[in-house]
Amino acid sequence: MSGFLSIRNLTVRLKSGVTILRSVSLDVAQGQVHGLVGESGAGKSMIGKAVLGTLPRALQVTGGEIWLDGENLLALPHDTRRKRIGATAALIPQDPLTALNPSKRIGPQITRRLVDILAWTRSDAEARALELLGEVQIPDPARVMRSYPHELSGGMRQRILIASAFAAEPKLIIADEPTTALDVTVQKQILRLIADMQVRHGTSLLFVTHDLGVVSKVCDTLSVLYAGKVVEEARMHRFFMRPIHPYSRALLAATPTYLDPTGSLTPVPESVISAVEEEVRLHDVRFGT
Amino acid sequence: MRDARGEVRRPIGLRLWLSGGWLTLLVLGALLAPWVAPKDPLMQDLFLGRMPPFWVAGTEPGYWLGTDSLGRDVLSRILYGTRLALIVALVAGTLTCLIGATLGLIAGYYRGWPDRIISRFVDIWMAFPPVLFAILLIAVLGPGLVSIIIAIVVIDWTRFARVVRAEAMSQGAMDYVASAQVAGRTRFGTMLTEILPNVLPTIVALLTLEMGIAVIVEAILSFVNLSISTDSPTWGGMIAEGRTSVHQAWWVLVFPLITLFLTVLSFSQLGEGLKDRFDPVLR
Ligand SMILES: Nc1ncnc2c1ncn2[C@@H]1O[C@H](COP(=O)(O)OP(=O)(O)OP(=O)(O)O)[C@@H](O)[C@H]1O
Ligand SMILES: [Mg+2]
Repeated sequence: MSGFLSIRNLTVRLKSGVTILRSVSLDVAQGQVHGLVGESGAGKSMIGKAVLGTLPRALQVTGGEIWLDGENLLALPHDTRRKRIGATAALIPQDPLTALNPSKRIGPQITRRLVDILAWTRSDAEARALELLGEVQIPDPARVMRSYPHELSGGMRQRILIASAFAAEPKLIIADEPTTALDVTVQKQILRLIADMQVRHGTSLLFVTHDLGVVSKVCDTLSVLYAGKVVEEARMHRFFMRPIHPYSRALLAATPTYLDPTGSLTPVPESVISAVEEEVRLHDVRFGT
Repeated sequence: MRDARGEVRRPIGLRLWLSGGWLTLLVLGALLAPWVAPKDPLMQDLFLGRMPPFWVAGTEPGYWLGTDSLGRDVLSRILYGTRLALIVALVAGTLTCLIGATLGLIAGYYRGWPDRIISRFVDIWMAFPPVLFAILLIAVLGPGLVSIIIAIVVIDWTRFARVVRAEAMSQGAMDYVASAQVAGRTRFGTMLTEILPNVLPTIVALLTLEMGIAVIVEAILSFVNLSISTDSPTWGGMIAEGRTSVHQAWWVLVFPLITLFLTVLSFSQLGEGLKDRFDPVLR
């Protein structure tokens, strides 16, 4: 087993039979940032949800292994698995609007994790939450603790979610497009914040995004997902210098890179799309899905 | 970064004041009826039959809202009728709410087979025409306070179940619920601590609406003489009696009718007002 989180041949299907993830394998090394890129609908969020055990009801894992800190989560009994995930992993969700409970104040939503997972006392947890809110650069943390989510801006909420994800010192954080819902100026700050926090806390990070530019800034390794299949897994430098898979190459050409920000954009060509689709179809035939 | 919505204490608003005020008045009237009612509501005095309300010439002092054809004091009868109306509203409303909301919450949050069973049950249940159902039930159970309450609960729990199910379902799909579960909450715990508080404003609005409906149902059943069999005064009973003599003594019909109308309106307005006030997103 390589990696702190190691997904092996994970297959997820709709209960109606449609395959969402096709034998996906990827590794997040201890203390490293692994990027997961792919276009909308590729199944990026579903990988994160499969790991955290929060797949929508219509979906189920039909094959594969998810190794987290040396244990295959899928082989654990349900309650043990939930406890293990709670103690080890946390999520920075895609949408800061629905990720905080609208009827609860911010404070308890952060401290709850500490009280539930680490069995801290309420006052210890509150002190820690204040400290964390400071760490994510929230002005007047004491007041924010008493606010309701709807009283805060999107950027503030995302900072709170980051603080809350790091609160119980999880060893793995899954960040699901943590900046997509924010405007560009805020995106940069949040990105830097996550990167800083990751380094400071030594957390392993699975960073989901559809933005190769973002990946190039924060990740050590990456996987490219297309239609539920990993088409390339690579170290950052190798990927940007010498992408192997045609879809990766096309994706790179379609991204304004940090190497050549003025370069013209090429949309992913039809021929590449159909080639990848053919590949996925062949895979389905081979695995009988 | 932070806007001022949270800072403003919204004033309670005319709607809440008026509806809350009227209902408070009713509760006080019901509790204090023996002391504040000017007359004995059952005392007949045929010499004082069909006395008009106090502002019309030729009335007997003390009969503020006039008397009915048997000479019973209309105000006192309304006050005593309030007791029954409020008991039905409170007990039937609360029971309906508890049963319907619990089932709706479970169906909407757990989905899967609990949802299939509950939803199928609701669908079948709703195929019965409600008024017929009520009359049938009372006919079987026999008239009486308990039968009325059972009839209301049996008919109306589906309203709660359906609305609460839909609401719990949409809340259950949100990320904060997933986060709570990642943090190690049990499903049941998540339902109570995460979903329920967000569905509560809707439940409260439905509950007050249901109380209004319970008052109407009780009045209708009294009207068709299926309510309490004793001669204790009820609004519906008064309306039924007043209807027969509306040309000679309109007040016997109109005052209980107004009371009923204001009460039902107040219940529904109170619900809407509370929802606006306590829904954290609308607030
Ligand atoms: N509840 C659901 N029921 C059925 N299909 C679903 C459900 N949720 C997701 N899917 C399907 O799963 C696939 C993968 O969805 P997923 O949310 O993982 O995409 P994504 O890569 O995260 O996209 P985005 O960048 O838009 O977030 C999509 O094709 C979607 O239609
Ligand atoms: Mg997604």
